[in-house]
Amino acid sequence: MPPAKGLHPALLKSHRRQQILFVLVIGVLLVAALSLLFGRYPAPGLISWRQLTSDELAARLVLNLRLPRLLTALLLGMTLSAAGMVFQLLFNNPLVEPGFLGVSQGAAFGAALAIVFLGGAALLTQASAAFFALAGLGFSYLLARRLRYGGWVLRLLLAGIAVSALFSAGLGLLKYLADPLSQLPEITFWLLGGLASITWGRFLTVLPVTLLGLLVMLIFRWRLNLLSLSEETAFSLGAAPGWERWLLILAAVLPTAALIAVSGMVGWVGLIMPHIARRLFDADARFSLPASMLLGGLFTMLCDDLARTLLAGEIPLGILTSLFGALIFLALMMFQKAKVKQ
Amino acid sequence: MSAPILSFQNVTFGYQRTRPILQKVSFELRPGRVTAILGPNGAGKTTLLYLALGWLSAWTGDIFLDGRPLRRHSRQERGRWLALVPQSEYTPFDYTVLEYVLMGRAPHLPPLGLPTGVDYEAALQALEQVGLAALAEHPVPQLSGGEHQLMLLARAIVQSPRLLLLDEPTAHLDLHNKSRIIEMMRNLRSRGVTLLMTNHEPDVVLAVADDVLLMEPGGPVHFGPLEQVFTAEALSRIYHLPIRLVDVEGHRQVQWT
Repeated sequence: MPPAKGLHPALLKSHRRQQILFVLVIGVLLVAALSLLFGRYPAPGLISWRQLTSDELAARLVLNLRLPRLLTALLLGMTLSAAGMVFQLLFNNPLVEPGFLGVSQGAAFGAALAIVFLGGAALLTQASAAFFALAGLGFSYLLARRLRYGGWVLRLLLAGIAVSALFSAGLGLLKYLADPLSQLPEITFWLLGGLASITWGRFLTVLPVTLLGLLVMLIFRWRLNLLSLSEETAFSLGAAPGWERWLLILAAVLPTAALIAVSGMVGWVGLIMPHIARRLFDADARFSLPASMLLGGLFTMLCDDLARTLLAGEIPLGILTSLFGALIFLALMMFQKAKVKQ
Repeated sequence: MSAPILSFQNVTFGYQRTRPILQKVSFELRPGRVTAILGPNGAGKTTLLYLALGWLSAWTGDIFLDGRPLRRHSRQERGRWLALVPQSEYTPFDYTVLEYVLMGRAPHLPPLGLPTGVDYEAALQALEQVGLAALAEHPVPQLSGGEHQLMLLARAIVQSPRLLLLDEPTAHLDLHNKSRIIEMMRNLRSRGVTLLMTNHEPDVVLAVADDVLLMEPGGPVHFGPLEQVFTAEALSRIYHLPIRLVDVEGHRQVQWT
C-alpha cells in the first residue's frame, strides 16, 4: 500500500518497516526453497529439477529427510528468537533468553537421564527432555512463589537461575555416571544440538504447540510493549499484567521446550536475534518481534544448511549458531547504527 | 456543586494484615480541580494513588469513579478514565519517544488492535503540547530527567483521561522543567481534567493545587481547599518542624529553615 503524501516521517517509517518485513518473508521463503535443493546428494551443491523428477531416491531424500528438517530448523529459529524477544520484554532485561527459566537445563538433564538410564531411544529422549524442560519451568514458578525477596519479575529470574543450576549439577552427575565410550559421547552430541534425527513424525509432534505459541506471540506483538513497562503502568494503560504475562510466558516457553527436546541445545539464537532485530527495527515489538522471528528462522536455516553440507559428516548445529551468532552480533555492535536522522 | 469524579468512602488498606496504612479515609474530588496529597514519607501517599487507580484493592470501604464502584469499570474503560504518571520508569530498550507515547492509546484500541494514523496524530499532538515534538524519533533511554518526565506526561495526555494521577511529578527536576510541568498541569485543569498528585514541594503545591489532602502516618487525613488545610500549624504538625507561611509580594511561601 503506497503511503499518502504529507504523512509524518514516523508513519512513513512504519509503512517502510512493514514493507521491509514483507521482503524478509519473501527472503525466508526463497532461502527455504534453495535450502531444500541444497545438499550433498547426488553431489555437493544444488540438486537440479531433472534429477529431482528422474531420481526417485533424490525425490524421497528431499521430501522425507530435507523438508521436515528444514521446517524444523525454520520453526526452531523463529520460536527461539520470538521467545527471546518476548522474555527480554517481559523481564525488562535484554540479557535473558527463552531457556533460562530452568527450561534449557531441564531439557539437557532430561535427555541425559534418558540416555544413561532409559536406553536413549530417540523418542524417549525427546519425551524425557520435554518433560524435564516443563518441570524446570514448573519448579521455577513454584520456587518464585516461595521466595521472599523482590518483585515477581526478580523472583522468577532468581528462581530460574537456581533451578538451572540444580539441573546443571544433576547433568554433571549423569555425565559422571555415563559410560564414557557410548553414553557420554551421545550426551555431548545432544548438548551440542542438531537436527540430523528429524523425521516427519518428530516434526509433527512439535508442530501444533509451536504454531500456537508463535501465533499468540505475534498477535500480542504491540501489547508486549505495554507489558515491558512496570506492572502499575501496564495496568493503568488497560492491560492485565498478571494473566497477560503468564499467557505470553507460556506461549514462549512451551514451544521452546518442545523444540529443544528434538534439537538439543541450540544456543545464542534466542539471545542474539532479538538484539539484531531491535538494532534494525528499533524497540517497538510491533516490528521488532516479527523481524526477530524471521531473522531467527533465516539464520537457523542457513546454519543448518552449513551443518549438513560443509563436511561429509554432520557439524553440530549449536556450534554454528553460537559461532555465527556471536560474530554477527559483534559486527552489528561495532558499526554505528544507520538511523534516519531528522 | 458538580458530582464528584472520584470518591473514597471509609477506605482502609495496608500491606501487612496487622498494620493498616490508611484508616477510614474519605474524600471526594470535584471535576476540574487539582488536589495535592501531602504528607511525610511512609504516610501512604503513593498507596492512595494506586488505590485510586484500582491497582490496589481496599480492605474495607468503597471507591467510586464517576459514581460507580471503581472495580465495576472494565480495564479498558478505566484506562480511558484514569491515567498515571509514575514517579519514575525505566526501560533498557531503545523505544523512540513517539513509540513510547503511542502506548497511551492502548485503552482506546481494541485489546489486540494496532495503533493507526489517528493514534499517531494524537501522540504527536501530545508531544507538541509538552514541547517534545522535536524529540519524537529520539531513543527514550537517552532523554534527560526533565524530558523523560514530560514524555510520561505526554503519554498520559494521549490517554485523554478525565482524572490524572501523578506521583511526585516534579521530583528531581530543575526549576525550568518544574515550571513547565506546573504549566502543563494548569493547562490540563483548564481543559476540565481533574488532577490528583503526590508532592513534597510546598512551592509546587502552592502554585497549582486547589485542594489539599494532608496525610499523617496512621493518622486521619484532612481534606479541603488549599487555604483551609495548607496551614502553618498543620504542616508543622505532620513534618515535626517549625514551619511558617509568609507573604512575599502577594505570593505565599513556606519557610522551614
